Amino acid sequence: METFIFLIFAALAVVSSLVVVMHRSPVYATMSLVVTLFSVAVLFVLLGAPFLGALQILIYAGAIVVLFLFVIMLLNLQKEGEAAGRWRGQLWVAIPGALIFIGMVGLVFWRQGAPDLQPLTPDLVSLKGLATALFTDYLLPFEIVGLLLLVAVIGATVAARRAPDAADGSGPLPREDFVAEETARKEARP
Amino acid sequence: MNPALVATLLKYAVMFGVFINVAPIMNWVERRACAYIQDRPGPNRVGPLGLFQPLADAAKFMFKEDVTPAAADKLLYLMAPVLALLPAFTTFVIIPFGPDLTVGGRTIPLVVAPVDTGVLLFLALSSLAVYSLVLAGYASNNKFSLLGGIRASAQLISYELALTLSVLAVLLPVNSFRLADIVAYQQTHVWNFIPQILGFFVFLVASFAETNRLPFDLPEAESELIAGFHTEYSAMRFAAFFQAEYTNMAALAALGVTLFFGGWSLPGVHLGGWLGAIVGLVTLIAKLCVCMAVFVWVRWTFPRFRYDQLMRLGWKVLLPLSILNLILVAAMTLAGWL
Repeated sequence: METFIFLIFAALAVVSSLVVVMHRSPVYATMSLVVTLFSVAVLFVLLGAPFLGALQILIYAGAIVVLFLFVIMLLNLQKEGEAAGRWRGQLWVAIPGALIFIGMVGLVFWRQGAPDLQPLTPDLVSLKGLATALFTDYLLPFEIVGLLLLVAVIGATVAARRAPDAADGSGPLPREDFVAEETARKEARP
Repeated sequence: MNPALVATLLKYAVMFGVFINVAPIMNWVERRACAYIQDRPGPNRVGPLGLFQPLADAAKFMFKEDVTPAAADKLLYLMAPVLALLPAFTTFVIIPFGPDLTVGGRTIPLVVAPVDTGVLLFLALSSLAVYSLVLAGYASNNKFSLLGGIRASAQLISYELALTLSVLAVLLPVNSFRLADIVAYQQTHVWNFIPQILGFFVFLVASFAETNRLPFDLPEAESELIAGFHTEYSAMRFAAFFQAEYTNMAALAALGVTLFFGGWSLPGVHLGGWLGAIVGLVTLIAKLCVCMAVFVWVRWTFPRFRYDQLMRLGWKVLLPLSILNLILVAAMTLAGWL
């Protein structure tokens, strides 16, 4: 039964992630990403880490990809055309890149042999084990990641925000002015 | 057949029976209640007090023509209502509806899926509900639908944060994600809404936004967007959205009842066996009815928020309040008051 579920969701994860990179419509690609994330979450549960599975769906499928979809719909992205999608030069970068990657992975296996993978212990994947590890052994990296995210958020806000007193007057009007202007416009209408 | 599997299927059947009936019953309640609030009779022709109106509506939905717009994205257009129903009919599996039941020497916890991740699973599954709204809006290829879909995605993301944080605060003193443990905690302590009144308030407001009910029904907003994301839908596909909305409401109400109002338990009542199970289920349903009545009452009493007001409330009021609540509850737990 478990093998059967694993096979279904592993295949689903592979197929849907291929659709993510190959489909020409951004909305279909995004929805396939949701299927991929969901399938991987099921694999997490099968590995005995239901907490990671639930968080995977909650954070990635439930929040981040929704924002992807929000941006795609807001910009009303259309299907990618042949001309824009097939940049010939891409091929000449992609093939060496793939070769280097395969070579590096091969080198690791050749130098060290097949890695001796330990099964995840229930203690390690339990919520308590994870929290203890994060807040004791890895406290500094954890805090640094938090700081990095904060910097990214502030940076994005600064980059997206137009100065309200821009010289060209392109900044957003204060609310009262806007209302007054709207009223004036409505009254001026015959 | 595996007895554990049979027990799970039976429990799912019970909960499914409760939740599938929410939409038709609420259809009648909502229309009669709104009529009462607006001082008019409401639907009173079909059957006594108009009670058979949901049947008439269901028959009408089945025989209406099912229209697919010519310019719609066919696959996504067909998928959206199904995606709306899926989270609606899976989230209630983690709601406990009675004390442990012993049948033939085997202890059965009265919750469909007694999983450790409990509340997180609920939040994860319910967070997927937004896709049906967004896809319906996109696939209809209609500007009103698209605007509804965009609003839905931004609104649900914004309010999910406050909702999740207010739920997390409830878990702190209990030390568990299991809703059964939260109910057990409330049996020995006072119901959670008293010490966590702030968290309950945030949860209440955020759950109106999460279920797209007035005063936060911006994705539909009839007066601006016709019917928002489901403008193009007709017949049974529209009914599927309708069903999903009410089932989601009931599931979220069940979560709220379990987190803040003792779930299936009543203070001072400790019954076991089949009697306890039946009393538990009836208590849960009774509390659900009260919640649904509040949903209806609020919907027909408050005007709709403007979009900027909605965003300001979500990010500048509810989110800070929920963080404050989390800190307060954490401090009280540390001090040993909870």
